[in-house]
Amino acid sequence: MTEKTMPETQLPLKAEARNLSFFYGNFQALKNVNMPIYDKRVTSLIGPSGCGKSTYLRCFNRMHDLYPGNRYEGAIDFHPDHTDLLSSKVDPIEVRMRISMVFQKPNPFPKSIYENVAYGLRVRGESARSVIDDKVEAALRSAALWGEVKDRLNEQGANLSGGQQQRLCIARSLATDPELMLFDEPTSALDPIATASIEELITELKEKVAILIVTHNMQQAARISDYTAYMYIGEMVEFGETDQVFIKPNKKETEDYITGRFG
Amino acid sequence: MNQQELQALRTMIVVHKRWDMIFGLIGILALMIALMTFTALFADMAINGVGRISWEFLTSFPSRRAADAGILSAWVGSVLVMLVTAFAAVPLGVAAGVYLEEYARKNWVTDIIEINVSNLAGVPSIIYGLLALGLFVYTFGLGQSILTAGLTLALLILPVVIVATREAIRSIPQIIREGAYACGATTWQVVSDHIVPYSSAGILTGVIIGMARAIGETAPIITVGALTFIAFLPPAPFTGEPPAGLFDWLFAPFTVMPIQMFNWTSRPEAAFLANAAAAGFILVLMTLAMNGLAIWLRYRLRKNINW
Amino acid sequence: MNSTVITAENIVLMQQVSDRLKKDFSRHLKERVIEAILFLAAFLSVFTTTAIVYILLKESWIFFQHVPLTDFLFDTQWTPLFDDAHYGIMVLLSGTITSSMVALLVAIPLGTIIAIYLSEFAPFSVREIAKPFLELLGGIPTIIYGYFALLFVTPLLQKIFPELPGFNLLSAGLVMGVMIIPYVASLSEDAMRAVPMALREGSYATGATRLQTSLRVVVPAATSGIAAAYILGISRAVGETMILAVAAGMQPNLTFNPAEPGATITSFIVQVALGDLPHGSIGYQTIFAAGLSLMLLTLVFNLIGFYMRKKYREAY
Repeated sequence: MTEKTMPETQLPLKAEARNLSFFYGNFQALKNVNMPIYDKRVTSLIGPSGCGKSTYLRCFNRMHDLYPGNRYEGAIDFHPDHTDLLSSKVDPIEVRMRISMVFQKPNPFPKSIYENVAYGLRVRGESARSVIDDKVEAALRSAALWGEVKDRLNEQGANLSGGQQQRLCIARSLATDPELMLFDEPTSALDPIATASIEELITELKEKVAILIVTHNMQQAARISDYTAYMYIGEMVEFGETDQVFIKPNKKETEDYITGRFG
Repeated sequence: MNQQELQALRTMIVVHKRWDMIFGLIGILALMIALMTFTALFADMAINGVGRISWEFLTSFPSRRAADAGILSAWVGSVLVMLVTAFAAVPLGVAAGVYLEEYARKNWVTDIIEINVSNLAGVPSIIYGLLALGLFVYTFGLGQSILTAGLTLALLILPVVIVATREAIRSIPQIIREGAYACGATTWQVVSDHIVPYSSAGILTGVIIGMARAIGETAPIITVGALTFIAFLPPAPFTGEPPAGLFDWLFAPFTVMPIQMFNWTSRPEAAFLANAAAAGFILVLMTLAMNGLAIWLRYRLRKNINW
Repeated sequence: MNSTVITAENIVLMQQVSDRLKKDFSRHLKERVIEAILFLAAFLSVFTTTAIVYILLKESWIFFQHVPLTDFLFDTQWTPLFDDAHYGIMVLLSGTITSSMVALLVAIPLGTIIAIYLSEFAPFSVREIAKPFLELLGGIPTIIYGYFALLFVTPLLQKIFPELPGFNLLSAGLVMGVMIIPYVASLSEDAMRAVPMALREGSYATGATRLQTSLRVVVPAATSGIAAAYILGISRAVGETMILAVAAGMQPNLTFNPAEPGATITSFIVQVALGDLPHGSIGYQTIFAAGLSLMLLTLVFNLIGFYMRKKYREAY
């Protein structure tokens, strides 16, 4: 990672992982990961399954706190206020209110489309109908779903197609104006057409927000991300601009994985 | 997010988390209410009853004088009724469970059987009493006997045994069946060599829970006409009136523990209430022990089997 | 051509094949017989239900030839054992409804709170202890609860309300409520635990607290299972017998005031069965008519519960 290959280092940082290690009980799943996340850019995490990319992603909104026996070491410095996301003094709820997440399989709540999108606002205690109406519409528009659902907002979220459900979940995580959005293999359960529309959406969303996405699909990483990180067995092997990582990787392991010689 | 917004966010989270804490306390409180009721019930019965429990209490017949009264005929009656119940309910329940899991095809007959099992589990026990009164006592002419009571309770706990059997069988992985079928086994060979043996601990758990329920059942036994005052024991095999047979006791009049307790509870004299407490204490200990055994068995089962 | 040649070797071979077929046939027969026996055991449940319905209808039929249905439904007195006999089921129904209401007011809130607490809040160790404990509580014979209601709870309540009679529907109902808590809690908890983790994660990821996740996502997702638990609780309360027979007195009393004594459908049946009613007398048939009313009442609840359980099992 020399100055020459990274001309954009002047870009504002949104977050920075420093010596991040993570343990499931005694098993160390992440080893001393260091990595910047740039604001208003898409950063993708690639690597073979079990390499720790999802584990890493879920550190950013402290999802691991939901289960007993998990432990973090190191820090994630969140800009601009330099909150350490992993600090035990920082409430995981505060972290999750600022950083939203879209999951591998669409997980709409058993509620109406409207209430699904409004959920985050209601959780924050927002009760003014007009405010919620506006934000729901804005989020659905940003998630490119408004046209399809504007006449059926009171229908159950589960009635939508798979791709629509995932866009609904994106709308849900957009409605609360997150500063960073996490995507955990968001298209792995979708067909190619739905995948294309989600990818297009992600490229649009980066105008507003920093995005960190886990994908098992290298073409997807190449298509949508500005930066790419290759992970292997809990370690960050290589991080750089997507073009550089895919065309001229610095590390032999990265090249092997990308060219399919891996394994 | 600027510092001011961040501060507002943190204040809101503190408020939200306070509700979490309040609900946590309410939850513990609700559990405590259940726990305290149980403690009070147990202590009340122990304080009033333990003093009455003695060898004489266990070996005496009921009496008009509270101090002389005992539970001999009651516990003997309970044991004999349980014997009949177990002999009827275990084979029938296991057979039905095996049929539904291993044989039944997905059709309307199976659906009807399943709806019936589920529905019978929710039928009030006193209805079983009425069924037994109309069917066993007067239609089949079995009389107000140990046999009638045992069969009634068997019908009552049949759904429990069936459900336990089915759950135990369901936890056996499909590969075990496939392995046995691949060796050329017939369905019955698979069932008798593999399915039933491997699910026996789970079935036993269900049987014990069912028996614990049966031993405390009062209403259906009253309905079939158990007597509340019995000062004799059922005839032992070959000792009754000639021609004495092996199973004469099946047709003898009887009483059981909960009915003896009910009888004493409805007396106004305090001395009889102490007897009721003593009988109740023994009954609670018996059901707790049985249920405890079942829970322990299930716990062991969960720990030991790993497929 | 050689296939038509019958050699000694071929005969042996044919013999073996026919032996195997014979063995297969007897094997097949044995299998069919066993299957038939097992089927009969399973079918016993259908027979039991049919027998219950038949017995209740048969005896009630005779009853209703003596007592017009309109009297049964609309008479406000229940005195079947008096010379001036009245058969107004409403009287018994009022006792059943009143005591059940008291019980459900205890069991549904407490059972639901315990279920939410155990499913979403309690640490693993607490749940491991609390669940078997609740099961033990649910296994205590109801006659014991009856004794407890009459000789512990009623005297306790009388210290607060001195005018409370020794037999009353209130203390019977309260104790019945505690008895039902384990059923409601355990079934509701099962339903909540069946809600996929993905939904909880989705909620937590938006910054929701435990309570918000529980009340806004988990409970709504488990609604049909929780409703089935409530319905089981209702049907337990309606069918409960001994607590009421012991602690509520057995005087028929058209009242909805829990502070009064009263008889329920179930305690009336016990009362009659304790006496010496000759088979075939009108008093004997009364208990079947009462039983039929009870059966119809619980059947409705059980069927609703069955379909709700089925629905929530299919949901995930």
